[in-house]
Amino acid sequence: MASLIQKDRLWWHITVLVPYLWLLLFFLLPFGIILKISLAEPILAQPPFSPTFDDTGTLSITADNFAFLFSDKLYALTYLKSVIMAAAATICCLLLGFPIAYGIARSQPRTRSLLLLLIVLPFWISFLLRVYAWMGLLGNYGVINNFLMWLGITEQPMQILYTDFAIFLGLTYSYLPFMILPLYATLERMDLDLVDAAMDLGASRTTAFWDITWPLARAGVIAGCMLVFIPAMGEYVIPFLLGGPDALLIGRVLFDEFYVNRDWPLASAVAIMLLLLLVVPIVILQKNQARDAEQAT
Amino acid sequence: MNSTRNPCFIRIRGVSKLFGDFVAVDNVDLDIAQGELFSILGGSGCGKTTLLRILAGFEKPTTGRVEIDGVDVTDIPAYDRPVNMMFQSYAIFPHMSVEKNIAYGLRKDKVARAEIAKWVDEVIELVQLGDFRKRNPEQLSGGQRQRVALARALIKRPKVLLLDEPLAALDKKLREHTQFELMNIQHELGITFVVVTHDQEEAMTLSTRIAVMDKGRLLQVGEPKEIYEYPETRFVADFIGTINTFDGQVSAVDEQHIHVDCETAGGDLLAFNEHELKPGDKVCIAVRPEKIFISREPPENNEDIRVKGTVDDLGYLGNLSLYRVRLESGKVILVSQQNRQRSAKRSIEWEEQIWVSWRPRSSIVLVN
Ligand SMILES: Nc1ncnc2c1ncn2[C@@H]1O[C@H](COP(=O)(O)OP(=O)(O)O)[C@@H](O)[C@H]1O
Ligand SMILES: [Mg+2]
Repeated sequence: MASLIQKDRLWWHITVLVPYLWLLLFFLLPFGIILKISLAEPILAQPPFSPTFDDTGTLSITADNFAFLFSDKLYALTYLKSVIMAAAATICCLLLGFPIAYGIARSQPRTRSLLLLLIVLPFWISFLLRVYAWMGLLGNYGVINNFLMWLGITEQPMQILYTDFAIFLGLTYSYLPFMILPLYATLERMDLDLVDAAMDLGASRTTAFWDITWPLARAGVIAGCMLVFIPAMGEYVIPFLLGGPDALLIGRVLFDEFYVNRDWPLASAVAIMLLLLLVVPIVILQKNQARDAEQAT
Repeated sequence: MNSTRNPCFIRIRGVSKLFGDFVAVDNVDLDIAQGELFSILGGSGCGKTTLLRILAGFEKPTTGRVEIDGVDVTDIPAYDRPVNMMFQSYAIFPHMSVEKNIAYGLRKDKVARAEIAKWVDEVIELVQLGDFRKRNPEQLSGGQRQRVALARALIKRPKVLLLDEPLAALDKKLREHTQFELMNIQHELGITFVVVTHDQEEAMTLSTRIAVMDKGRLLQVGEPKEIYEYPETRFVADFIGTINTFDGQVSAVDEQHIHVDCETAGGDLLAFNEHELKPGDKVCIAVRPEKIFISREPPENNEDIRVKGTVDDLGYLGNLSLYRVRLESGKVILVSQQNRQRSAKRSIEWEEQIWVSWRPRSSIVLVN
């Protein structure tokens, strides 16, 4: 009996250790390296940044890269534009994803698995290929423009490809499944009697939705929004392929600094700022939630 | 008081409900009087919940009408009906405290705050939840959750309270206790209760009247005693309590009685002719175990039905003794006897040759 409990505890330690180890290896360690690079100076060498400790062994770091980020308005605007783009895509994914997830969760069990399969089916095709397909759809002589011209709605092709709208479309399309799946998971678990009970007690269908369904789906909404917003924020491929040459989003800037300008320290500083921009609001949100939960009890 | 009560407070007429081509509720006609504690009794999947949901307004009947207190509510949505429901799952809102759950109905009706507080206090008192009013639902036991569900449904003082298997999730001891509490609350408030249950004992103790349901149809409606003593079909006879049945054919009819030739009883069984039967009609004679007497000597009363048998098995239950008696035909019947004499010795033993007998009045005639 005692050994059984000990074994249990051992397992408990191991299972708790795994995520920590994972975080250490794949988050904290790379983060440390990036942080170190962001505090260095660019040099023409291999690797292209100055060492943290110089020949005499004294610490040689600089905040120049960060200072530069703050001094050039371009970076602030790029961050802002990325946030707006990602937020727009997230909101659109939520508006589209909620009814879809709701519909799937409330469908017959047999059709349900079919519908879920349809949601994840696009993952079987390469992401890059799907974005290329959008280029074919949105181009000046692409499917959409040809169709509009055939209908006679426009005479000249409309510029859709290489605009911010194309980026928005691409982001929404690509990340919609990441919104639907967590929403589906929470909605599917919800007891249907709860909504009936609310209506029985005098709530209309709409009131019952806002009183019961929405608050109980909150965990799914938050998870879905994070799963869309965070990767959309740093997205590189979609703005690169669907956006115009002036579509400066943060992922694009990051890429250019690394590969075009070979300014690794500045690129690292951009990455660190992006991370802070994402992590700080999430930490605040979680703190608030924890406090709310404490107050509720 | 009885004379002023509306006997058709709830009037269900020709109500059917189809899911696809599956008939869940089949042409139900039913009247429920004001202030009744009415039970709908039936096995799992027979359509009880569906019928209750039709009354609550969650399901629209495929055909038929429902009237409550003289108003046709068939097309009125759930939130506008003077009816509240207690769900089998209790359906307690997990993100609201006990108090908020209970107040929900009044808040939706835009009742003033002070008023709500007063009503909440009152109903919490009624179901004895005082110590738990600030708790979250996940901190409650099954019995407490049941009370929250009841309080939440009662607070709007509905004309009709619908209860879907209100006691099924409780353990046996709590169930018996809660049963009487429910009856008291119903009596105190005078609200019409419609209770759905699959537990025949529960239905018998709780209800003023019972409707027995099978495969979407109402088989019989009546007071518990009527249903028990005068079942009209074999299903009802079997479903409520235990019963012994003998299939046979009417062999003779006299002024009062019919004689039914039953192979399994090894001869004619006597019963009152309540159905105007003719010789040749196929019937089934049914007898409750407690209506049968068991004796070593042949019974003296010539009127009684008498059959010989041997004791196959017996069980002593304290207040009762149960016997399984094998008749000469090989059929095994169940007999129960009150243990009237205080004695440590059994009067009748295993494998003993005995007589079983019962009054013709105790024979239930089931015509299929
Ligand atoms: N929404 C529905 N869709 C399809 N079939 C249903 C639905 N609701 C109930 N049924 C079917 O109707 C029958 C009766 O169900 P129900 O009224 O819940 O039975 P009970 O409460 O007596 O156990 C069951 O066979 C059930 O499968
Ligand atoms: Mg049911």
